[in-house]
Amino acid sequence: MTDNTQNNEIKTINYEKQMRDIMTTYYIDAKTAGQNNKKVAWITSGGPVEPLIAMDIIPVYPENHGAMIGASKMGVDLCKKAEEMGYSSDLCSYARGDISCATVNGGPIGGLPEPDMLVCCNNICGTVLKWYEVQARYFKVPLFIFDTPIVHTEFTPEMKTYVQRQMEEYILFLEGVCGRKMDWDRMKEVGKLSFEGQQLWQEVLDTAISRPSPLTAFDAFFYLALIVTLRGTQQAVDYYRGLRDEMRRRASEGKGAIPRERYRLLWDNLPIWYRLKWLSKEFAQHDACLVADTYTSAWCGSLKYINENDFIGSAAESYTRIYLNIGVDQMAEIVLSMIDKYGADGIVMHSNRSCKPYSFGQYDIQKIVQRERGIPSLMLEADMCDERNFSEAQIQTRIEAFMEMIRASKGAS
Amino acid sequence: MNHLEEYRRVVSDPSDYARQLQKTSGKKIIGYTCSYTPEEVIMAAGAHPLRLFGTKQNISLADSHLQSYCCSIVRGILEEGLSGRVDYLDGMVFPHTCDSMQRLSDIWRMNIPFGFHLDITLPVKLDTVSAKDYMIDVLKKFRDDLGRKLNVEISDEALQKAITTTNAIRQSIRAIYDIRNLYPQLMPGDDLYNIVRASMIMDRDRLAVMLAETAAELKERAAGAKPADMKRIMLAGGMCNQPDVYAMIEDAGGGIVWDDFCTGARYFTGLIDTGRDPLAGIGERLLNRVVCPAKHADLDGRARHIIGLVKEKNARGVIFLLFKFCDPHAFDYPYLKERLDEAGIPLMIAEVDDSLPAGGQLRTRFEAFLEML
Ligand code: SF4
Ligand code: SF4
Repeated sequence: MTDNTQNNEIKTINYEKQMRDIMTTYYIDAKTAGQNNKKVAWITSGGPVEPLIAMDIIPVYPENHGAMIGASKMGVDLCKKAEEMGYSSDLCSYARGDISCATVNGGPIGGLPEPDMLVCCNNICGTVLKWYEVQARYFKVPLFIFDTPIVHTEFTPEMKTYVQRQMEEYILFLEGVCGRKMDWDRMKEVGKLSFEGQQLWQEVLDTAISRPSPLTAFDAFFYLALIVTLRGTQQAVDYYRGLRDEMRRRASEGKGAIPRERYRLLWDNLPIWYRLKWLSKEFAQHDACLVADTYTSAWCGSLKYINENDFIGSAAESYTRIYLNIGVDQMAEIVLSMIDKYGADGIVMHSNRSCKPYSFGQYDIQKIVQRERGIPSLMLEADMCDERNFSEAQIQTRIEAFMEMIRASKGAS
Repeated sequence: MNHLEEYRRVVSDPSDYARQLQKTSGKKIIGYTCSYTPEEVIMAAGAHPLRLFGTKQNISLADSHLQSYCCSIVRGILEEGLSGRVDYLDGMVFPHTCDSMQRLSDIWRMNIPFGFHLDITLPVKLDTVSAKDYMIDVLKKFRDDLGRKLNVEISDEALQKAITTTNAIRQSIRAIYDIRNLYPQLMPGDDLYNIVRASMIMDRDRLAVMLAETAAELKERAAGAKPADMKRIMLAGGMCNQPDVYAMIEDAGGGIVWDDFCTGARYFTGLIDTGRDPLAGIGERLLNRVVCPAKHADLDGRARHIIGLVKEKNARGVIFLLFKFCDPHAFDYPYLKERLDEAGIPLMIAEVDDSLPAGGQLRTRFEAFLEML
């Protein structure tokens, strides 16, 4: 199918519905994996999923599950349950939600399908290591830890060798659990599809460069699901190609995502899942569009390190040098480049109690943005899933004050 | 006893001590944050390793770099840097451990003008061949990086000598622990606390001599001592920044016979093999020592270790001291509790911070726990 013929169909496609359908089918497949003789692996959101796809193992993402728990406002209940189990209320709310959910099979989809193996890549945080240890003890299944040293300042040859060797160990691990060999031709194909999917996802996000922007960060939070869960499949490629074309069409027709876009903002850190609608309305009321964010762009941020013809060979670098696994100063540089690329008038930073590696350093990034670009910033104190750490009145007041500043600074320039 | 006062003085003002040492010995002072730091490499470079523990002073500057939900260790160390109180440091090294320390390294590098900055990006998992090789690679790189910063060649001989010194220090502290395990009444817990801390602050050569003397003195005292009627307690957790906690437990009738702190037994457990490649020996110890919860060696090594110690030391219960906002330890607590419950070992958790809960709350809880034993 060429882009042209697709274009004709696109106008009638509802991408939100299609996404929901794909995700529903995906979860049904995952839940019935056992009946179809398929294995299920739980994997962290930043982990190398491509070898799983190539081995026909169904990847399941506890963090995506965490996000669903948050979005369906079940976070507080499940977090409380974890606290009763002895987990401190200061721990990541994805982890708390998922850990307690596993014991009760509750949550928005009645629990995740049980894992046959666990794959934990610590390129996002040290929390996942502890979280997967908990689940490995609970489910008594093999755990593979994919250890990606933090790149504070340099990606050293030692790191590269270490991570590359783990890629080999990882594939051996999968072969062991499945009792069959990796099909390397298929792996090559999956690597290419993953690369293509990430490129398309970047192109989707890039449509927000248009003024007005055809999509907001809130949309991106929603459309993100496939690049996380089905990266490396044809399905994700097809979906994002269609979505990109649709967004491009909207952009060319001057259709904005919000009724009147006058201000453009950048979002930092994870979404506040249980208040997406409310927040998007709040900002839209002030004619402010959140055009981009550091979170969803993390799933295409290391494209420059990927060799699409040697995916596995370049994976050490592309999986190690992702947004959260680099120094705060490098993160600040990415934020600055996003401000320039998307023409942001201000930045909204979610100081997320749950996620220390994402949040510590934000104050420094804020200062750098202020110094280098002179645009206003807003720090929102909250949590991605635990609503107990969200004060609506306070946040509303702060958004108002912030928008006042944005208006003043835009007016003055 | 002879040296106790000196240990105490050093621990109460490490910066004063370090400045003096710098002046009198001419040694460069290298700060570090965690017990996975290969002190021996720093010593072999002719420099002095100094562990930072946070601060007793009020925090005012660190708050503009770290949110309220950061542990007091990281916040305290940053405060020491920002305030310039440790501006005598010639350099700072940050081994990779938890997420908070990871960001502390960045924030320090970006904001603190004095001294050089080095990361030691250790493996997080410790139980595979590739991790072991990587560990050695990282140590080699650290030796090169540090040598370059200090403009010295770090020789194998110097490393061997440093290993001999730290081995001696670790042996002496173990000897002290062993005697106190039998007769906890012979030395109050806060003296023990000072000894372990002082060993991460003081000049190591001098310390090796002092500690040997302290151990010998304690041994003399132990001759003829009778086991005391105390409830034998073991402490667990990350570390303890509150010497008062020891006294509280002792006042309530507890004898602290052992611990699983990185500023305690985890620091001196495991000697380094001599007579082989020194970096390989150092790496081996780091890989094999009791695992810190920020690293992975196996799934229940820590529970087995703690239960093993409780049995070996004949402790009646465990008090788990948890730093507020400390993720790695907070994640371990529920499973440790479960395992200890199964083994019939009473466990109490106390959240500690740089300030203790007001109104003697903690004291009351210790009393209640000890009474139950
Ligand atoms: S939210 Fe942060 S701490 Fe929690 S799993 Fe994700 S990266 Fe880790
Ligand atoms: S291990 Fe815990 S107490 Fe230590 S620095 Fe990390 S979070 Fe703080």
